[in-house]
Formats: sequence, structure tokens, C-alpha cells
Amino acid sequence: MAAPSVQAYLHAHETKPLLRFITCGSVDDGKSTLIGRLLYDAKRLFDDQLATLEADSLRHGTQNEKLDFALLVDGLAAEREQGITIDVAYRFFDTDSAKFIVADCPGHEQYTRNMATGASTARLAVVLIDARKGVLTQTRRHSYICSLLGIDHVVLAVNKMDLVDFDRSVFERIVADYLFLADQLGIARVTHIPMSGLDGDNVTEPSLNTPWYEGPTLLAALEAAAAEQGEAPDGAFRLPVQWVCRPDQHFRGFAGPLLGGPLAVGDAVVALPSGRRSTVAGLRVGTEPVERAMAGQAVVVALNDEIDVSRGDVLAAANDPPEVSDQFGVHLLWMDAEPLKVGRNYWVQTGTNRVGGRVSEIKHQIDVNTQDHLAARELSLNAVARVDLELDRDVPFEPYARNRDLGSFVLIDRQTNATVGAGVIDFALRRAQNVHWQAVDVNQAVRARQKGQVPKCVWLTGLSGSGKSTIANLAEKKLLAMGHHTYLLDGDNVRHGLNRDLGFTETDRIENIRRVGEVARLMTDAGLIVLVSFIAPYRSERRMVRERFADGEFIEVFVDTPLAVCEERDVKGLYAKARAGEIPNFTGISAPYEVPEQAEMVLKTVEASAEELAEALVSVILGDGGEGGIRTLDEATNPILP
Amino acid sequence: MNLSHLDRLEAEAIHIIREVAASFRNPILLYSVGKDSSVLLHLLVKAFYPAPPPIPLMHVDTGWKFREMIEFRDRRAVETGCRLIAWTNEEGRAQGINPIDHGATVHTDIMKTQALKQALSHHQVDAAIGGARRDEEKSRAKERVFSFRTDRHRWDPKNQRPELWNLYNARIHTAESVRVFPLSNWTELDIWLYIYREQIEVPSLYLAAERPTVVRNGMIVMVDDERLPVEPDEVTMRTVRFRTLGCYPLTGAVESEADTLEAVIGEMLLVTSSERQGRAIDHDEAASMEKKKMEGYF
Repeated sequence: MAAPSVQAYLHAHETKPLLRFITCGSVDDGKSTLIGRLLYDAKRLFDDQLATLEADSLRHGTQNEKLDFALLVDGLAAEREQGITIDVAYRFFDTDSAKFIVADCPGHEQYTRNMATGASTARLAVVLIDARKGVLTQTRRHSYICSLLGIDHVVLAVNKMDLVDFDRSVFERIVADYLFLADQLGIARVTHIPMSGLDGDNVTEPSLNTPWYEGPTLLAALEAAAAEQGEAPDGAFRLPVQWVCRPDQHFRGFAGPLLGGPLAVGDAVVALPSGRRSTVAGLRVGTEPVERAMAGQAVVVALNDEIDVSRGDVLAAANDPPEVSDQFGVHLLWMDAEPLKVGRNYWVQTGTNRVGGRVSEIKHQIDVNTQDHLAARELSLNAVARVDLELDRDVPFEPYARNRDLGSFVLIDRQTNATVGAGVIDFALRRAQNVHWQAVDVNQAVRARQKGQVPKCVWLTGLSGSGKSTIANLAEKKLLAMGHHTYLLDGDNVRHGLNRDLGFTETDRIENIRRVGEVARLMTDAGLIVLVSFIAPYRSERRMVRERFADGEFIEVFVDTPLAVCEERDVKGLYAKARAGEIPNFTGISAPYEVPEQAEMVLKTVEASAEELAEALVSVILGDGGEGGIRTLDEATNPILP
Repeated sequence: MNLSHLDRLEAEAIHIIREVAASFRNPILLYSVGKDSSVLLHLLVKAFYPAPPPIPLMHVDTGWKFREMIEFRDRRAVETGCRLIAWTNEEGRAQGINPIDHGATVHTDIMKTQALKQALSHHQVDAAIGGARRDEEKSRAKERVFSFRTDRHRWDPKNQRPELWNLYNARIHTAESVRVFPLSNWTELDIWLYIYREQIEVPSLYLAAERPTVVRNGMIVMVDDERLPVEPDEVTMRTVRFRTLGCYPLTGAVESEADTLEAVIGEMLLVTSSERQGRAIDHDEAASMEKKKMEGYF
């Protein structure tokens, strides 16, 4: 082939529309078979792949002598052995008029997270239904997740029509059922097709078995959908900053994907959340300087003013910026075996931001079969719920319906680093009134100076009866005698007032700690030395509190007393009751205590008197030596578990 | 106006590469000198320009690569201003492990898979960018863009992290790592058309030329140096090119007259066999790649 024809081919290849779609449906609806058939009929298989398929069909196939197309797609050994799809597989094919990336999604409920992975980047869903079975739970679940993730066009493939003798009434009944569901879910468009993936009826060629059907074949429907995806909506420009480009002191550029646009040199921009304004001095796409960049390109932007911009910030059109908030109403899909706990701190990744955050309230869980709203205190694997999300700081965002890139987020567990949740932002619960913090004349530094001390939050954690309150009391007396301003927050005094609405379930304990942490933070801001005596059994909650303080302001003290000793002391008689089963969720007996990994100080009460330990604690609080009181973490005991 | 198909693939890959630079302490780009690596290197330069690429290149040298590959590698690293980390399994070399006496499987395991794990551990790499594409092979079709590896470099295909939208989870514990595949959504044809459009330099081994060859196990093998044992009069000059590049005794050539990029693409459009066919390593079970990947093969 000569050069000009490659040029022509390149042009044709470049301008063909691309459609990303998923296939989903119940187990055994024949999804993998259908995709294999599409690839085969579209002549996208190479000779050696066909040879492998023939060999595999004989060895693992479920179709006797026929080619088993599912084997083309099910790529994992475990999948071929079990004859099921575990994870989403991406396949590529093209026709004369369009290119396709198809994500074949698993049907099993336990792999819903993988289905959502595939659906999040798709524009259309092919929902398969076994003609013998009709609309099933999985059909509803998958359709719900498609609508949640913004897929508004479904091709309903009523498959295995050969097994119901291509009966028109069966087809029409299923279509009617599905249209009712689609209407409930707000799926705007449904194209319905009777077919057989195994034999190829209405896949790429109209079937002679369905003379009563006049609609498109599957391939024709996909090609039409691809062609419809015309111009991308060019909204006002947004650029989530990924990386700051500083080759030398003369150049400072901000690298990121251009969402919306176009953007041109001279355009007015605002940096969020700071609210600082500037204008575009220069633009690059790759190595080339350009005057204008288009939506979708990866760019580097230089500004005319030296304003502070870093990763996570968003540069936006100055006359039409996105909103900024730290509290959102969202829909959340929970994807972890460990349930979501209200109040627990997770990483929230949205755009190029990764910030601490938590679900502050579950408004309702959604039954994906009926769309009914259910009350829920926690969310288990595959649950979908409308929840309130609260972040540690403001982030720029847009509702998902308007902007997928600035309206989507995932939750990451802070201990396992697993991706445990995914969600879409519906709206902000509280808009940031001012993009700048209110500057105050009297601040923590001024208050602290007046009191002649360095404010601290000293958190004593340990088992019930370990000696926390005794030591904290002694330490406070010593500090007071030296003229310091202090306050002691104690589990009991707080539980009788501020937190009297809370019980002892895990969720309530988390909220208990959060409130105490916030009160301690306000008191520290007021310039006080705050002693907190709380069991706080979970690492993640102690870390959540720690992160609310400046470096060095928070001192975690592990009062390390063996469980046996605490139980023997049993000052309040609680261990006896817990052992008798009268107190549920009692730390150390029927609920776990996670030993601190990053405590600034470990106090071993079996080795020294409370008086000596309080003395050592005061030295550390005042920052004058006190080395003798600090023990290495290696000396701490192993986790105390019931 | 809309972006073209290749523009979109380019923008997506650059986005992914920038996420790596911003999210990891010790990332590298696994540079294998082949056409996919050439595309990755081109994208690496584009992603950070005008700054020099902040991610070094790492090449695992089995000692049996085509000589041209090593020359090409060294020259391109200098030209693009990238730091190059070359690694060979010295233990394996000392034992004399080679593809001729020990076979493809043993040689690849020790000099490539084990060597890669050594190199990644030694340099405390937390993210390794690779050129794998989902259209290459069935288990790759299932792999995430950010693909998590345990502290022993293992991939758990049954328990991958969900990966929604373009939100890539970069959180890992010490000694764990992530393999990153910016070309996940590219096809072989996209690679060639992009090379053509951007005029990216690739080793001349991809273009047809008259080369000294022998036939081994039905595969045309180029005699790149004197280490390959040959019978007298066995070496034949053939006009061949390569579709993939690796260890020369394990890489099959195809007979072809395509001596320009245009001609290669022209042939591509007519081929009826997939590219990995040229690699001896893949003629095992269909599950071979998944197994190798679980063990740390790229």
C-alpha cells in the first residue's frame, strides 16, 4: 500500500465516531457469547485466535461441537473453569462507520463493583435478558446502576429467542415489563431487539426467524448510537490541576485535562477554592505552544499573575466558575465486605483532590428492585444509598448530571487502601459563603500569648480502668499549680451532657469521638491545654481527631495497662458486669481495642506510680525534656482483642 | 470541533502519566525499546514539557536483546533527557542462563520476570508504567489502568480494586506497588497510526531488510550475533521484519517487503494473525499469560 492511502486510512480512522458501551444482565444470559459473536461476525478475529478458540471450545466448551464464543471473552482461568464472568473485560472492534469499546460486565451480584467499573466510562448499555426468564433481580440491579452512573440509553437485547420459538408475545411482554422499569429509573431511551447470540439472529444480520420484527439489528443500533454522539458539549472551561510544571524559575505552568472549553490565551480565569483571579498568559498542548486549546485535550496553562495554585485546585472560566463546598448530598454505592460506618473517616478522591471525609448521615438506602427507600444505620456490600458526605475542606465541584469529572468520587479505606465506595454528587448541602476564610484579628496565637502557654490537646487512650482519668486528674492539678489554663474532658462528664443522645454501638462511638474531638479542637483554639480521657478504641477515629489539629498540637498518650490488671482493679465493677453479659460491646471483653501505632507517649501503669507518670506527662506537655517518660512503641503490648 | 480518536487516546494517556508523577514517590517507566515503549516515551515527554520528564526509564536487559535495541535505548534516553536505569539479573548471568540451552520458559522466568522483580525491589519502585494494551491478550483485557501488586509483586485477578471514571486509587502500603498502563485503550493499529502521525522513531528492526536468518521450530530467527549455534550453510539471507521485539533467539520474524512505516501499516491492515504469535513465550496454555502476570511478568 502506498503512502497516500495510509494517509487516507489514518483520516478515516481518526474521524470515525467511538462508542463505549457495556453489556450486562443476569448470569447465563449469554453476554460473553453475544460479544464473541459480535467480534466473530464483525471479522475482528485473527486466524490464530480462531485456532485457539477451536481448540479451547473442544477442551472447555459448553456448546458441544460448535464454537463457544464465550471463551473468547472470559479471560481468567478461574472464569473459564467456572463458566462465569468475574471481572469486566474490554474488547475493541470497529466497522466501516464506527469504533467500539465494549466492556463485558459480570452478572453475579458479588461482582457488582466490577460492573460499576465498566459502566462508569460507558455511554450506552446493552442489557441482556433471557427470553425464558424475563426481567430478573439482576436486570433491575444493573439497570439501576446504569441510571445512577448516568447511562441514559439502553439497548434491551432479549436473548435466547430460539429457546422460545421466536414467540412474539414473549418478546412483547418482556419489553413492556422493561419499559415500565426504565420509566421508573428515568432511562430516557430504550431500543429493544429480539435475538439469539448463539446463532446470530439479529446480531449483525436481520433474522429470518423474526419476520414480525422491523427494528435494527444489534450492530445497526450500536452504529446509530455511535453516530449520534456528535459534538461534545462545550461547557465553560474547567481545568483540575494535576501537576505544577516548574522547569526553572522563569516558568510555572499548571498541567491538567481541559474539561469544557475552548480556552484561549488572554481568557480570564479563577482559581478555586482560593478565588484568586488571573488571565491565561500561555497554553501548550504537548510540546507545542498554541493560542487555543479544545475540550478534552491535556494542556499546560501559564498565568499572568503569580497566584498560589497547586494539585487539587481547579482553574475555571472567571465568569462561570463551578461551586465550592465541603458538604454534599450524594448517591453512594458501597463496594466493600466491611460495612460503611457513619462518621468513620475515609479518603475521598474527587477530581485531583484526595481529602479526608465521612458520611455524616444515611438519609435512606435504596432497594434496587423496587426503588423503595429503607432506613439504614450502615451500608453493606453492594448497597446503594442517598447519604450526606462531609469533607475536611472545601473542594470545587459540579453536580454529576452536569459534569461527570467534577461530580464523581470514590471512597478509599484509610487502613487497607481499598477502594470501598463510589458515588455521584447531587448537590451541595452548604455552599461556601466566602471563598476566603474570614480573617480574624484575635486568633489562637493571640489567645495563647495572653495565657503564656502553648495550646495542646492531650488524648489519653486505653482500656476502661487503665488509669487514664487518675493520671489526667493529677496532671491537670500540676499544670494548674504552675499557672496554666487547662480543661479536662472525661468520658463520663461528656456522656451525661453533650453526648447523652449516643449509645455504645460502633456508629455511636464514632460520633462520640468526633464530637469530643471537635470540642477539644475549639478549646485548643481558645488557647487552652486540653486533657482528654477517653477509651477511643479505634485507630481510625483517633487518627480522624489527630488530623483536625496542627502538627505537634495533638499528643496521643497510650495508658498501657494489661487487660488482666484492669479487670482485677475493676474500680467501677464494670468488668464483672461485662463478663456476666450485662454490658454489650464492652471494650476488651466483647469489643476490640486497637493499640496505638503512633502514640507520642506510652505510660505503663504497672511499672510506675500514677504520680510519677503524671509528672512525666506534664514534662512532655510543656515540652521541657521528659525524654524519660517517652517509651518506644516496641514496648507497647500486642493488640487487645476479645 | 471534536478531538480525533488519536487525540483522545493521547490526552487520556497523558492524564494517566501525570497522575503517576503526582501520586507516587518513586515511579519509573518500564522501557522495553519496542514500538509501544516508543509511544510511551513520546507521551512521557509531552506530558511534562517544558519540564524534563520526572520519571526515569527502566530497562530489564536479559543480555539477549537485539544489539540495535541497546544502541537505540541509550541514544533515545540521552535525546529525551530521561534518566535510564538498566538492570540485569547478575545471578542468572553468572549461572549462564540463556534461551538456547535453558529454553524460553526458564530464560524468561529468570532473566526477565525475576530480574524485573529484583529491579523494582532494589530501586523501591512504587509505580511502574508499562505499555500493555487490553487488546493484546485475554487476561490483559481484564486489567485495570492502575493495577495493584502485593509486596511480592503478585497480581490478584479475582480481587482487583474497583476503578471508576478516571479516578485512580494510588494509595499503597510500603513495598506494595502499582503497575500503570496508559495505553490500555489503544489497539495495535492505533499504536502504528500514532507513530505514523507523530513521526515517532522506532528501531529499524520493525522495517523489512535483508537479514541473516535461520528457522527454529517453524519460526524465522535472526542471527544477531555468534552465540546462536548454526549449522554450516544454514544461515540464509531473508527480507524480514519484526512485529514485536524481545530476546532475538525467541523473536520470530515475518517475511515482508515493507521497508517504510507506510508499507508496514499497509500490511497491518491486511494481516490475519495477532501480534503475539511471533513470541515463543506464548505458545503454552491459553492461561499462560495470566499465570505469568500473577507471578510478576509484565
